[in-house]
Amino acid sequence: MAEAAPPPRTRPISPFLFPPTGTYRWQMTSTMSILHRASGVALGVGTLLLTWWLLALLGEPSDFDAVQEFLGSIFGRILLLGWTWAVFYHLCNGIRHLVWDTGHALTLPNVYRGGWTVIVLSVVLTLVTWVAGYSFR
Amino acid sequence: MASHHPQKRLVGPLGRARGLGSAKHGLQHWWAQRVSAIALVPLTLWFIFSVVDLTGADQARVHDWLSRPASAILMSLFIVAMFYHLSLGVQTVVEDYVHREGVKLTALLLVKGLIVLTAAAALFTVLRVAVGS
Repeated sequence: MAEAAPPPRTRPISPFLFPPTGTYRWQMTSTMSILHRASGVALGVGTLLLTWWLLALLGEPSDFDAVQEFLGSIFGRILLLGWTWAVFYHLCNGIRHLVWDTGHALTLPNVYRGGWTVIVLSVVLTLVTWVAGYSFR
Repeated sequence: MASHHPQKRLVGPLGRARGLGSAKHGLQHWWAQRVSAIALVPLTLWFIFSVVDLTGADQARVHDWLSRPASAILMSLFIVAMFYHLSLGVQTVVEDYVHREGVKLTALLLVKGLIVLTAAAALFTVLRVAVGS
C-alpha cells in the first residue's frame, strides 16, 4: 500500500508523447482535422473571387478580361492551385467524415488508411485538374 | 444505473438525438451541414469540370455557358448549397475559438452578413445572365 511511486519508465504515457523523451508526437489525424477546417475557411475566402468572376459577366468584356488576367498571373495561378488542392482535400476528407457519420471505418488502422487515401487522392485530383486545364486552353 | 438496463431499442443513436435541446433543434445544425455536404459532392465536381472546360475563356463564352438552363440551374444550386454550408462551417469555427459572448455575436453577425451579401450577389448574377439583360 505505502509503496513508492513506480519508476518513471513504467508510468503510462500519453499517446501524444514519444515514449523515450516525452516530447510531443506529431499525429496525422489531428493535422488532417485542422487542415479540413483551414481548407474550408480558405474556400470561404475563395467564394469572394468566384463572385467577383461572376459579377464581371455583367460588366464590359474588358472587366471580365481584367479578372481573367489576374487569375492567369503567377500570383493568381498560385492562388488557384492552392484552392484546387483545398477543394479536393475538403471534398475527399468530407466524404471520409460522412463515412464516419454512418459508424464505419472508425478503427485506428482504417482512420489512417482513409487519411492516406484522402491525401494521395487530393494531390492526384489536383494534378489531373491542372493538366486538364492546360490541355483545354 | 437503471439506464444501463439492457433493452432492445428500435431507435438508433441518430434517432435518439433528434429533437433534443431546449428548442428541440439540437441536431439541426449538424444535420444541415451533412445534407449540404452531400449535395455539394456532385455539384462541386460539376463546377470544377465546368471551370476547367472554361480555362482562358472570354466573357462571351462564359456568358454563353452560364445562360444555358442546365448551367444556370446547377450553378444556382451550387451557390445556395455552398454558401449555406460555408455559413454553418464558419459558425462552428467562430463558436469554437471566440469565447467572449459580445465578440462572438459580433463576429457571427459580420461573417454571416458578408456570406449572405456575397451569396446574393453571386445568385443575382446567375439569374441575370440566365434570364437575359
